[in-house]
Amino acid sequence: MRDFWRRYRRNKGAVVGLVVLVVVIIMAATAPWLFPGSPWDMASAPFLPPGEMDMLLGTDSLGRDVAAGIAHGARVSLLVGAISTVVALSIGVTLGAIAGYLGGWVDDVVMRFTEFFQTIPSFVLAILLVAIFTPTIRSVVGAIAVVSWPPVARVVRAEFLSLRGREFVQAAEVLGKSRLSIVLGDILPNALSPIIVLASLMVASAILLESALSFLGLGDPNLMTWGFLIGSGRSVIRLAWWMSVFPGVAIFLTVLSLNLVGEGLSDALNPRLARTR
Amino acid sequence: MTIRRRTMLAAAPALTTLAEARAQGVAPRRGGTLITMLTPEPPVLQIGVNNQGPTLVIATKMFQGLLSFSPTLEPLPVLAKSWTISPDGRVYTFRLQENVKFHDGRPMTADDVIFSITKFHPEVAPRARAIFALIDNAAAPDAHTVVFTLKQAFEPFLLMFDGSAAAIVPKHLFDGLDYRTAPAVQRPVGTGPFRFAEWQRGNFVKLDRFEDYWKPGQPYLDSIIYRVVPDSQSRRLALETGQAQLSQANDIEPFDVPALRSRPNLEVALNGWEYFSPLAWIELNHRVAPLGDPRVRQALSMAVDRNFIVQRLWFGIGRPATGPIASSSRFHDRNQRLPGFDARAANALLDAAGLRPNAQGVRFTIKHLVLPYSEIWSRLGEYLRQAFRQVGVTLELESTDAGSWARRVGNWEYDTTINFLYQFGDPTLGVERSYVTSNIQRVTFTNTGGYSNPRVDALFAAARSASVAAERQAAFSDVTKLLIDDMAQIWLMEMSFPTIHDRRLRNVVTTGLGVHSSFDDVFLTS
Repeated sequence: MRDFWRRYRRNKGAVVGLVVLVVVIIMAATAPWLFPGSPWDMASAPFLPPGEMDMLLGTDSLGRDVAAGIAHGARVSLLVGAISTVVALSIGVTLGAIAGYLGGWVDDVVMRFTEFFQTIPSFVLAILLVAIFTPTIRSVVGAIAVVSWPPVARVVRAEFLSLRGREFVQAAEVLGKSRLSIVLGDILPNALSPIIVLASLMVASAILLESALSFLGLGDPNLMTWGFLIGSGRSVIRLAWWMSVFPGVAIFLTVLSLNLVGEGLSDALNPRLARTR
Repeated sequence: MTIRRRTMLAAAPALTTLAEARAQGVAPRRGGTLITMLTPEPPVLQIGVNNQGPTLVIATKMFQGLLSFSPTLEPLPVLAKSWTISPDGRVYTFRLQENVKFHDGRPMTADDVIFSITKFHPEVAPRARAIFALIDNAAAPDAHTVVFTLKQAFEPFLLMFDGSAAAIVPKHLFDGLDYRTAPAVQRPVGTGPFRFAEWQRGNFVKLDRFEDYWKPGQPYLDSIIYRVVPDSQSRRLALETGQAQLSQANDIEPFDVPALRSRPNLEVALNGWEYFSPLAWIELNHRVAPLGDPRVRQALSMAVDRNFIVQRLWFGIGRPATGPIASSSRFHDRNQRLPGFDARAANALLDAAGLRPNAQGVRFTIKHLVLPYSEIWSRLGEYLRQAFRQVGVTLELESTDAGSWARRVGNWEYDTTINFLYQFGDPTLGVERSYVTSNIQRVTFTNTGGYSNPRVDALFAAARSASVAAERQAAFSDVTKLLIDDMAQIWLMEMSFPTIHDRRLRNVVTTGLGVHSSFDDVFLTS
């Protein structure tokens, strides 16, 4: 573990990313204490510029506090990012493991199915799914998961293909272990590092997808999210730039930090690759 | 037989003085091209075949009705130079202007009027069908006189003769053909001051001055160009830079109006929508408990601050509603108002209705289907959610698209939503349809909320058949009181739309039709 941390630290960007990410997570966790009450409450006069009347980041067209919106929005954005990644991982890992371990015609069928999803532009598919199932937090998470699992399935399949012929897997087979316990107990732990790196990047892209959907008015109308803040500020950007700029900065920093962390994880988990750079 | 004469010849000079007053003593100048905009681009320009907002704006320059209406909804002569109504209110006689020509050079006669009123519009437009079905007999004693005999008296009948409701179309180009596919639909031919010149789809529509227009010396403008500009910020920029001299209806978003108001070269008019008088309300589905309880509806109404909505959300473009009949409509009773914004009284009413708050302070939860027309309705939904929370009512917002909205409201599959309807100057034409039991239908813009009160039904019926305005006023005052007491729907605001124009453009809004008038007196000073 100490070794891991030492290798991670070597990537300065990754450390900065981690710090930013931790700050965002703390902000999300403490939002109810930092900004008590609902972020939808009209806290002050509409269209206050940042800094006026105790409104750190200004207010929007209904007098809602933009800072409160960003803090509460962080909860939803991170939650959507995390849950949809978990869902996408469980779909992708399951299908990838089945295809990679069993091979043969099963592999063919699963991969053709995966390619079918890969050929459809993912954002268009997400819009379509959310529009069909009406925009709620469930349909948004579901749509993001449905469009983001194929890369996972391909990565996991590739790992399984290379690992299933190794001696330790053959040894486990000779010992008479069941297929399920070989897959879960022997192969999967050894395939984890690329999955972890991929997951951190998927959280970032899920946050972007959710923000894009909310920006288009396809987010859950009852939840405050960063995309909603930008979308509602877009039409009045010449009147109140702060309504779109600050949530945009929040998305930018969070997504950037997740990418940096992903890179750092990749370095730490694959020391040989990292050293060659 | 005594005939009550309502000759409006006296009104014509009055209108001219009004126009001159607005022009501030500037003599009309002939020439110049007006560049304005159109949002969204309509599918066809033939009025009747399409009666959506953008079509009405542009087609009323090419087509005219027998009448137009002043800001107080008094009839003004257009193609009819005078008219009389028999004392029993059943016989309407119109004297037509002579020497009126269609754009193809053929004269307009009584035959065209009868064709338009009894055949063309009833075939293509549902609203015209419902009202012109009252005509028992249409006759033309001579080429310039039309006599309509109604089955029963119908006092608001004249309101249907505006160019936006019943434009006169050329019989010789439509008779015997399918009105929707006749060649004239693609190249509109009317009697208006401007004739169709060119339409580059996705780009612009150009209208040119009609040289044989029946008013000598008019129109003043050489041509009008309607540019299609799909983005609202580009439209605002076009006005600011002088690339366009006029915007109307939804062209400019309310939040852009304050900035445009402060520009010295532009003038913002909020009048000119009196004939349409759109009124917006929270439409409650009375079948969903507890919205069937009048105390609950009153409480919700008192939880809403209408001034906040008009001032903050619409930037002052509009007025708080005073009841079911818009204040610019005929028969509005100015002595009646809605109970004011009072969250404490609302809480007391909900307590009285037996809806106690639970541990989280929530009395009940209802859904709100957000009107998907533009973003401002989402903001309104968010405001209502916060306002209702103050009285312990949780409002869950649902988003949808325009097609699903119409289907769900039409099928009564909603708890609450926002609706806004044109009132067409008379409660019988535009208000009755939303409240009478007989119009509870699975169709949008009927009484979809399901409000039903036999006394309201009886009063609307009495107002419909009464031939004297005073009797109708009495019935409408009673009906207003009943509807407010029952809080049949939660009326929010009388909407208006900004007409923004270059100060050099004169006479833009002179009637209750505003930008839907013919523009034959509009001119550009140099």
